[in-house]
Amino acid sequence: MENIIEVRDLVTSFGDRIVHDGLNLSIKEGEIYGLLGPSGCGKTTLLREMVMLQKSNSGSIKVLGHELNYIENEEAQQLRQKWGVLFQSGALFSSLKIKDNIALPLIEYTDLSKAMIDEIVEFKISIVGLKSEDANLYPSQISGGMKKKAALARSLAMDPKLLFLDEPTSGLDPISAREFDALILKLRNLLGLTIVMVSHDLQSIYDTLDSVAIIDEKKIVYEGNLNNIKSVKNEFMQTFFGKYNE
Amino acid sequence: MNSSSFDIVHVDDKLYLKFSGELTLYNLTSFESKIDSIDFSKEKIVVIDFMKLEFLDSAASIFIYNLEKRLLSYGIKVEILCENSDILDILHLVKHQKEKLTKIPYHKRRNIIEKIGESQYKNFIGFLSFMAFMGELFSNNMHYLTSFKNIRYKEIAFEINESAVKAIGIVAITSFLIGLVVAYQSAYQLKIYGANIFIVDMLGISILRELSPLITAIVIAGRSGSAFTAQIGAMKITQELDAMRTMGFDPYKFLVIPRIIALMITMPILIFISDVMAVIGGMVVANVDLNISITLFLDRFADVVAAKHFFIGIAKGPFFAFLIATIGIYRGLIVKDDTQSIGFNTTKSVVESIFAVIICDAIFSIAFTNLGI
Repeated sequence: MENIIEVRDLVTSFGDRIVHDGLNLSIKEGEIYGLLGPSGCGKTTLLREMVMLQKSNSGSIKVLGHELNYIENEEAQQLRQKWGVLFQSGALFSSLKIKDNIALPLIEYTDLSKAMIDEIVEFKISIVGLKSEDANLYPSQISGGMKKKAALARSLAMDPKLLFLDEPTSGLDPISAREFDALILKLRNLLGLTIVMVSHDLQSIYDTLDSVAIIDEKKIVYEGNLNNIKSVKNEFMQTFFGKYNE
Repeated sequence: MNSSSFDIVHVDDKLYLKFSGELTLYNLTSFESKIDSIDFSKEKIVVIDFMKLEFLDSAASIFIYNLEKRLLSYGIKVEILCENSDILDILHLVKHQKEKLTKIPYHKRRNIIEKIGESQYKNFIGFLSFMAFMGELFSNNMHYLTSFKNIRYKEIAFEINESAVKAIGIVAITSFLIGLVVAYQSAYQLKIYGANIFIVDMLGISILRELSPLITAIVIAGRSGSAFTAQIGAMKITQELDAMRTMGFDPYKFLVIPRIIALMITMPILIFISDVMAVIGGMVVANVDLNISITLFLDRFADVVAAKHFFIGIAKGPFFAFLIATIGIYRGLIVKDDTQSIGFNTTKSVVESIFAVIICDAIFSIAFTNLGI
């Protein structure tokens, strides 16, 4: 299968503090790919670099065939419509209702009629498991789990090929978290998405991920599927995965 | 704590430190002074006897660890007598932790020159980042103005309503009161010389040319400029700005430029309203205090106050608006990920925009006077 994201020799630093020192990874089409590692290892930073919120110091990131370092304005704009991003806290626009949050990219980027947009919004709301009466609420009026679902619906608005999730289950109760995992799997199968996520939730990692990359000590210490993960000698991984498997 | 005790006993050539009961951070200090008063110089072997100790907490363990280390450094052998496994565990834990512990580094105190240097460097970096913001704003503006399709009328209209239409009341009242006060104070002086009618000249020029633009700018900086900072800052903290960027909605296009344009359009109108209200305020005082009828006031006004004063006042509007809006928005965009930062930047934005407006006004004043306008 084709590589959708390729990261080569990535170096990132904040001032004197080096976060990534020569990262390499590749994400294949159709898989659910997890970025794992101890806190402060730069998982979220890597995710932010992939969605062009932050620049790396050197190295290259290729997303859907576009080299992010040399991307033109127009090209970047097109690329942004091909992916969806779910932020940790949802980041719904607080001045808009849920349905308007989801409709916003459709209104901006397409010339669909209002009736058509309403229908698409209804579909996205139901696919993520929200009730249609929730659509008229403002983000401040709904719970954390609903916010995540609404934000997921917004990131799916343009039918992206690629979805970035930053700690999708953090801050959710275990039941909602499992529901969310099931939802992600369902969406992958339904819509053929490629999903890149940062996660700390072990259950969610085992339930959803096809492959993982583990970042520790500024480098990738493991990349591949979860079956061989115990053979790797790394302090973080042994504490993280060790207990669970015994 | 009365069950706890501490005894010093010599047996053969060994010094026994016998602890019993509990040794915790509550009674540690009293034992510490006793131990400090012991003369260890003649001792060869010190036995720390925990046989009767029931409980040892981590603070006390650290003390014991340090004591042991100190005695070892004197060349004294230390034995610990203990059979309680809980106590042994905590001693072991402390020992294990202390061995790999590195001291928390203390910040070196800096002298005044370093502090001045650092703050100047920060100011310089702040200035550079403001310039970077202006550069980005300019390039976005160019991009934005390539086509009429890009202009976001809805956002601009919304901002006009939010930051200007809703401010009409406060601008009008403030200006009316300032007109009243200025007229009242000058009426008192003018009466002394019997120069009553000159109040029209004085008010006309000072209000139209300087006071109204400044008052409007200050009210708007305090009201709308601070709102810009707080709104955009809050959006940054909740990652809404990031979300916009990843969806391809440039925050400059959606948030920054509409606000600047809205304020630049409405500022002259607000200054006009302020002009009218302040002159009415002056007129009321002239009528009541100096017996100048409204007709006389208006006739004299038309005669002596040239239209250029009015136009200069209005023309300052867009410049002041640009300064207030850019500083407010810039301060919003540099808010960091903590809630303190919003308050700090909002204060800064108001102070800096009022300061910038006054500097700009001073420059205009000098320039126009020298140009003979």
